[in-house]
Amino acid sequence: MALYSEKVMDHFTNPRNVGKLDDADGIGEVGNAKCGDIMKIYIKVRDNIIVDVKFNTFGCGSAIASSSMATEMIKGKPISEALELTNKAVAEALDGLPAHKLHCSVLAEEAIRAAIKDYYDKNGIAYDKAQFPDPHDEEEEHAHNDED
Amino acid sequence: MAKTVYVDNAATTAMSDTAIAAMTPYLKEVYGNPSSLHTVGQVAKEALDDARTKIAAIIGANPKEIYFTSGGSEADNQAIRSAAYAGLAKGKKHIISTAFEHHAVLHTLKKLEKEGFEVTYLDVHSHGNITAQEVEAAIRPDTALVTVMYANNEVGSVLPIREIGEVCRAKKVVFHTDAVQAVGHIPVNVVEDNIDMMSVSAHKFHGPKGVGFLYCRNGVQLKNLIEGGAQERNRRAGTENIAGVSAMAAALKEAVENLDNNMKKEAALRDRLIAGLKKIPHSKLNGDTVNRLPGNVNMCFEGIEGESLLLLLDAKGICASSGSACTSGSLDPSHVLLSLGLPHEVAHGSLRLSLSEYNTEDEIDYIIAEVPKVVEYLRSISPVWESLEKGEKPHLI
Repeated sequence: MALYSEKVMDHFTNPRNVGKLDDADGIGEVGNAKCGDIMKIYIKVRDNIIVDVKFNTFGCGSAIASSSMATEMIKGKPISEALELTNKAVAEALDGLPAHKLHCSVLAEEAIRAAIKDYYDKNGIAYDKAQFPDPHDEEEEHAHNDED
Repeated sequence: MAKTVYVDNAATTAMSDTAIAAMTPYLKEVYGNPSSLHTVGQVAKEALDDARTKIAAIIGANPKEIYFTSGGSEADNQAIRSAAYAGLAKGKKHIISTAFEHHAVLHTLKKLEKEGFEVTYLDVHSHGNITAQEVEAAIRPDTALVTVMYANNEVGSVLPIREIGEVCRAKKVVFHTDAVQAVGHIPVNVVEDNIDMMSVSAHKFHGPKGVGFLYCRNGVQLKNLIEGGAQERNRRAGTENIAGVSAMAAALKEAVENLDNNMKKEAALRDRLIAGLKKIPHSKLNGDTVNRLPGNVNMCFEGIEGESLLLLLDAKGICASSGSACTSGSLDPSHVLLSLGLPHEVAHGSLRLSLSEYNTEDEIDYIIAEVPKVVEYLRSISPVWESLEKGEKPHLI
């Protein structure tokens, strides 16, 4: 299928880290069902390392592939590194996304940050609030315009 | 990929052998320009006349009322603009249509609104249809045109065209119908159906792409969109697509000759498919359940998104379509599904399976076996489905 790169199709049809963690240390959920995509990321943290990560996603092929790739990129990494993960890096690792699908990689970045923030909050760990801006309100971000 | 099950016939159909056979002589031996006076040209002209006569007879028209176009979109544009400007010349600036027309109609109407026309878009209700009474109630002294599709391309509703035509005739308002999904699939007769203008596309009934026609009743004004030579009685310039037109005529003749059998076969396959897919919990059939195209199935499955559904079905060889935002290239799901009042989150999970007489019972059973597995898998990884199942959010369907 020409719509997506082979990498995207691989991560969409064989997603890595799909599922839930019942004993998650942090959970981040971003997106909006009205707009057609929601991502939920679960992390398990030991000594500041993300030792395990799982995701559940409602969305299109690129949303599922972005979740899969993003979780793979942070698994086993220190939190500080996970916080540096950008949507651009996720999209590049997938050999690119169509322009109108780039927001899927943004969601993946936001879901990870949301999960880390949840971990900090639950464990009373102090953090710089400026590092965690509120995730975009999808609905406001994408005005529902007419096609023309 | 083991096999291909093509169930996207509302998007386009495979060309029939008959249509291909009708086309090839005009790509090879009979290459003339029908406007040329020499024999090679005149043979081509005969083919053009022959196709026009055949098509006119099938829909109940006079050959002089058939204008060949590049397809349904061009025919829609030309019909709507012609009637709008003819109305404007008499001070009429109001048009009536429906909320779930094809974009070829809707976007033309949007342009006309910018030019000062006022358009009433009739509500199609949750069941996906309108009545002739609703059209009648919307007609005003300044109504220039009523344009209502014969059958909806996404949800398959068949509209009461004959009754709407009757109302328009009585009120002396020009009536256009986009019959792209109807002609060749259900009985259509422009006289019995009281139609003034009708758009048709060949590739929806096993003809070639890039060709269609506009029926314009004698006495109804037609303006050209394309200026140039005197082709199509001065109403559509450009050297005629003889191969396409000949194939369209052959395809339509074949479709209409087999109409009863095809309708029965498709309706049986459709009903089998609907019954099979309805067993999926929290699913819903969209569109008119009674007045419905024989080949249309359109369902929503809650908690999943249509594009991922399509891609996974494609991996199993099933070619279908969806009205989800991700498949439309915009962020909104299809305007047709929204016009039925479906919430955005439900409309995102839609699947359209449009059948043709080429489909088999085995293919339908394969779809009935595969779709539930894909839906179940996508639900298993969907946080939306999780919150529905946990009761955090109420099921909408």
